[in-house]
Amino acid sequence: MPYTHDVAVVGAGPAGLAAAVESAEAGLAVALIDGAGQPGGQYWRHYDESHARPGDHRGHHGWPAFTRLRDRLDALTAAGRIHYLPGHQVWLITRDDPGVFTLRVTRSFDGSAGRAAAEVIGGTGTGPNREVAARALILCPGGYDRQLPVPGWDLPGVMAAGGAQALLKGHRTLAGKRAVVAGTGPFLLPVATGLARAGASLAAVVEANGTLGWLRDPLGTVAVPGKGVEALQYAALMARHRIPYRRRTVIREILGENRVEAVRIARVDREGRRAGPDREIAADLVALGWGFTPSLELPLMLGVDTRKDTDGSLVVVVDDLQRSSVDGVYVAGEATGVGGAALAVAEGRLSALALSASLRRPATAAVAGRLQRAIRRGRRFAAAMHRAYPVPGAWTEWLSESTLVCRCEEVSYGDLLHACHDLGAEDPRTLKMLARPGMGWCQGRICGFASAEIASCLSRRETTPEDLRSLSTRSLAFPVTLGELAALTDDTGRPRLNPASEATTERG
Amino acid sequence: MSADLVVVGAGVVGAASAYFASLAGLRVVVVERGALAGGTSSAGEGNLLVSDKEAGPELDLALYSQQVWREDLVEHAGLWEFEAKGGLVVAGSEHGLASLRALSVHQRRCGVEVRDVARAELHDYEPHLSRELAGGAFYPQDAQVQPMLVVAHLLRLARESGAEVRTRTEVVGFLRDGDRVKGVRTSGGDIPAGAVLNAAGTWAGGVADLAGVRVPVLPRRGFILVTQPMPARTIRHKVYAAEYVGDVASSDAALQTSPVVEGTGSGTILIGSSRERVGFDRTVSVTAISALAAKAITLFPMLREVRAMRTYLGFRPYCPDHLPVIGPDPRAPGLWHACGHEGAGIGLSAGTGKLIAQALAGVKPGLDLVPFAPDRFPDDEEALR
Repeated sequence: MPYTHDVAVVGAGPAGLAAAVESAEAGLAVALIDGAGQPGGQYWRHYDESHARPGDHRGHHGWPAFTRLRDRLDALTAAGRIHYLPGHQVWLITRDDPGVFTLRVTRSFDGSAGRAAAEVIGGTGTGPNREVAARALILCPGGYDRQLPVPGWDLPGVMAAGGAQALLKGHRTLAGKRAVVAGTGPFLLPVATGLARAGASLAAVVEANGTLGWLRDPLGTVAVPGKGVEALQYAALMARHRIPYRRRTVIREILGENRVEAVRIARVDREGRRAGPDREIAADLVALGWGFTPSLELPLMLGVDTRKDTDGSLVVVVDDLQRSSVDGVYVAGEATGVGGAALAVAEGRLSALALSASLRRPATAAVAGRLQRAIRRGRRFAAAMHRAYPVPGAWTEWLSESTLVCRCEEVSYGDLLHACHDLGAEDPRTLKMLARPGMGWCQGRICGFASAEIASCLSRRETTPEDLRSLSTRSLAFPVTLGELAALTDDTGRPRLNPASEATTERG
Repeated sequence: MSADLVVVGAGVVGAASAYFASLAGLRVVVVERGALAGGTSSAGEGNLLVSDKEAGPELDLALYSQQVWREDLVEHAGLWEFEAKGGLVVAGSEHGLASLRALSVHQRRCGVEVRDVARAELHDYEPHLSRELAGGAFYPQDAQVQPMLVVAHLLRLARESGAEVRTRTEVVGFLRDGDRVKGVRTSGGDIPAGAVLNAAGTWAGGVADLAGVRVPVLPRRGFILVTQPMPARTIRHKVYAAEYVGDVASSDAALQTSPVVEGTGSGTILIGSSRERVGFDRTVSVTAISALAAKAITLFPMLREVRAMRTYLGFRPYCPDHLPVIGPDPRAPGLWHACGHEGAGIGLSAGTGKLIAQALAGVKPGLDLVPFAPDRFPDDEEALR
């Protein structure tokens, strides 16, 4: 039996870092498990610290907040109060004994090795399996770019907006010279200004919705005044780099032979239907972002209640202490609703305080109250943003039958139409079984939202939480080698074939 | 409106029955409480096997089904990715090989094609197979289909012959005239019918209860691991260990695992099989999936470094004597059953559907249904043990 921690925090982004540090300082024995090699998550992604340069963090929002959290993490880790496992992913959580969670952990796998499946035969293993045991969980799995298919989006040179930014933030790599950033939401602005600052020429920011909503939405700016300042800063940067900002415009097609050469854009109405002539813009980099999708595989594995958020994403239902519907499972950050880093930090801190209070550790009610108020403000602001920047209702009309929806399994929109119209698929799960979207390497992380929307649209109804759940559930949160799986119940991993080996392999 | 036949359940057995009944000219309505192929039909590997069956009524039904798949349904085979890949059964010891040879002697007498495979020939069949096996047997009749596509296309073809399919429609009771079943009550209204076919798979016992008759179908859980996509023909046949045959026939409630490994058209490799009686528990069992991985590696050592992308589980509809329930129920005239096919439902569905359609139409069925009689089970609960 491994040592049982008071709490295992999964994810070391804004929410997880705050939760781990706050829990340990309250006196709890903490395990912190994170897929990345260094803390910060997607939001505070940064260069390998052993190769840092002065001025690296220009444009990194809340960087001092991050360094303060990281310094506390370093001190607590050195003092043995946080058992920090960077570079590890949790692929399964089970509740083997009442009151104790077992987290199966493996070394991170970046997915790139998987694309050349042939290489895997006779390849090398990826490290030992680990088990982490804990009496409570604070899950802070974060999220990733939400993607919508569009003709040509599978051409080289097309990236997720967050992916283009991650290359800049993590590797100082500029993915192209002349860029178009498209989709919806304020996140397009830091991506565009980041690319411009790194030396790219920005041909356009193409925004499907009408306005810089957060500047005009009184609720939003009143709720979180700092955000208004942030918006003005981006507006100034956009002006300084002379970046054209096209509202109510979408990319209808990405053009190119072997890689991106241009995009075809058009004005659209509120629903996303074409309202103007096509126009071509030359570009060699297209960054697409339609908001974010929370990573819910771990919470769903534990059976937590979920709901559909204002932005159409499936999120975990939590109470005003960040508790999910499953006893002992707290959830913080994007998984409870996409809302940004400041909100995530507040949620992470509150979950830690609530957990330590439940274990009769001293906690300041005043701090908890302050955090709860900040979280309520943050949520209101996030909801205002989601309403200002929705995915246009008619987006499926941009697709042609040959447009790939699932790139892993090469499933086209035409394949989905056939499965719905001819074969009787009425929901995303049946669609997935009949046409295979979401069955490949990414297990539906990229096409899940789009597939659910397409299934609903074709059966003329709204997506339900059940629809989204069937596409967000993953039996294994990450791919794991059969050797690692085998080793869980047999130390040698080499049971013999004859029936006499039954006893050996089932010892468990 | 009224129907000649209401089929309860849009799994593979219901779909095959609806297809053959529609083809025979019956007005068919299929009712399904969830989505099509939403139960065990989408939780297996899509096997059409003769190799894992000992001589007896189930093997007879498997051979009859082979004929239906390959003759009656041959024009549609491409729609559901029918692949006559053949099965390779391997033994890890001389003792295991001797048992396998003894089994094949009986199977040959019943009409199963079997080729003995010597140890040295194994790698001609499967280049990645372990070098530590004693020998095996090749069954060319074993085949594979994509079962969800089978269900979807059989129902589409049935609709083209006039059938109606109502999903999200749950049967909540039966219309009766004395003992006689005259139709179903559903969440979407009553459907009067000349006959009702219970094809509710693992949940068929509950449907039978609504009619006041007992059909002892119980869930027997199984897990399958799915690997990352691999190059074509990495694993060419369905490959499994000889111990599988014994596990299939066993009634033990505790976890049993025996390695079953095969490729699919999409490149993934499917790894089974586990059996345990734990009710409808849907939690992932680390013990079960770990044992599946370990045993698959004993057959194919190169799988050690291959990644599992996901695992799924299903509940085989299992009867105490391991035989399906097929035919009219004398205890409730008008009620028919086609359920309890355990882990072989995909393969056996085609034959079952055709036999049901023949019997409903008053034609002498192509196979004797007596061994599958719905009222064959003793009433005494203890006698089932």
